[in-house]
Amino acid sequence: MIRPDIFTETATALKKIYVNHLPQLRQLRDWQSKYRILMTLGKELPTFDSEWHRDEFLVQGCESKAWLLHYQDPVTTQHFWAFDSDARIVKGLVILILTQVNGLTAEELAEATPELLLTELQLQQNISQSRSNGLLAVLNRVKASL
Amino acid sequence: MNFDLRSLRQQFPFFSAHPDWIYLDNAATLHKPQAVLDAMNTFYSQHNSNVHRSAHGLSQQATAAFEAARSTVAQFLNARFSHEIIWTSGTTAGFNQLVFGLMGPVLQSGDRVLISSMEHHANIVPWHIHALPFGVQLDVVPLTADHRFDLAAYSELLKLKPKVVSISHVSNALGYIQPIADIVRLAKEAGAIVVLDGAQGIVWEKIDVQALDVDFYLFSGHKLYGPTGIGVLYGKTQYLELLRPLLGGGEMIKTVSFSSSSWNDLPYRLEAGTPNMAGAIGLAAAILWLQQQDLTAFQQHKSALVQRFYAGCQQISALELLSGPTTNAGIVALNLKNEHPADLATLLDQQNIAVRAGTHCAMPLFQALNVKGSVRFSFACYNSFDEIDRTLAALATAVELLAE
Repeated sequence: MIRPDIFTETATALKKIYVNHLPQLRQLRDWQSKYRILMTLGKELPTFDSEWHRDEFLVQGCESKAWLLHYQDPVTTQHFWAFDSDARIVKGLVILILTQVNGLTAEELAEATPELLLTELQLQQNISQSRSNGLLAVLNRVKASL
Repeated sequence: MNFDLRSLRQQFPFFSAHPDWIYLDNAATLHKPQAVLDAMNTFYSQHNSNVHRSAHGLSQQATAAFEAARSTVAQFLNARFSHEIIWTSGTTAGFNQLVFGLMGPVLQSGDRVLISSMEHHANIVPWHIHALPFGVQLDVVPLTADHRFDLAAYSELLKLKPKVVSISHVSNALGYIQPIADIVRLAKEAGAIVVLDGAQGIVWEKIDVQALDVDFYLFSGHKLYGPTGIGVLYGKTQYLELLRPLLGGGEMIKTVSFSSSSWNDLPYRLEAGTPNMAGAIGLAAAILWLQQQDLTAFQQHKSALVQRFYAGCQQISALELLSGPTTNAGIVALNLKNEHPADLATLLDQQNIAVRAGTHCAMPLFQALNVKGSVRFSFACYNSFDEIDRTLAALATAVELLAE
């Protein structure tokens, strides 16, 4: 069973990251400091039960595993996600993506370009190069939630 | 060292295009010396015509160059005949032709095939597709406790009388040089057809297919300083003649009517369609280039690179080394305790160190080792001690970042 409050807890954590960590990441210039923050973002998320590490939630990536849960509010049409990965950097990158799309309505999500944040932060210069780490697959899955 | 590393590197234009990078993904693909690029350029700019078909003199010129390339490979492997060299697009395509071709004429329901735990997917999945559905059984030689090929277990498994034994010459994930002389001899004694996957081995040492008495040997051009899209399936004539062609089409036939066709002679029977002419010529150029180099010096240099890197890694206590430095063709696989290999590889990539992370197309091996994957550092003749030292420093930086 998926605990429904995982989505509200994740939404709270993502908002906190949006407010606290994004401005920090925007200011930093050296890659070490940026990756240091990126790799700790996963700790901000609520516990992702290990029983959700199921194939139905697995996003096929090449190097690391990523699990994505999705919920759409039938009334507001807002989209919510919960996420886990066994690799810290991919987890951090996906969290940054989710800060851009979590809670968007279907209409807003259709227009969203969350990957631009990674380019802006110079964390992933070219999203198409990220096929091997599973990031592109997660991004496609997020957009396919529509 | 019997070669000048600086002048060797200068022969590889890739390095002047990327002076900031340290390339340690050589097991994935090697860079190409100028001689290979020149040969392919010359072919396209001066000799390009379709081989074996057209009546004109230009085609005959192209055909001569293409068949000379085949002879170069035959001499390189010491094959008895040029027609024992079948062009493929690479080792993977070679295995698919081989396994498909053996089904029926050699392998039938109830027969066994023996592979090892260290095989690349190219020596596993074609058996799944072309052999297992028809009742062939796959047995697997386990690893020893120190992750080597288990010769004792191999001898036991040979008692099951496999019709075919198919083993890697060098492990692509761990770098170990397999005891191929023993593997071939014991398989022959047990009456099996022996196949060696030379994808990683061909660049390490000179192979004499007759002295070794191996029945099939496969490799890819791009892992021998040659171009991508070309490879070789060597086979003894008697066995190649048994193979059913996987691909049908032009060039591979003698006669065709709407109801049936009869097949051409070797090697053409197994080479349907217009071949990769420039690729074959590029591969031959790579072999001719390699024959001018000191292969023993290359081996010593690569071993020294592995030793130095391995010793440096041992100084970083959190690293878990999966491959040892002895009988190693130039690969060190490792993990950082409790961290994902992808994270370590990304932090190296940030420092312009090109390595590969994951299971390296050998998922069953990593299941046997009971680890998620590894970061693989693979070395080539053109890598320097300075690059090793800078890589170790970058590795220390990455480890520190992950430890925070």
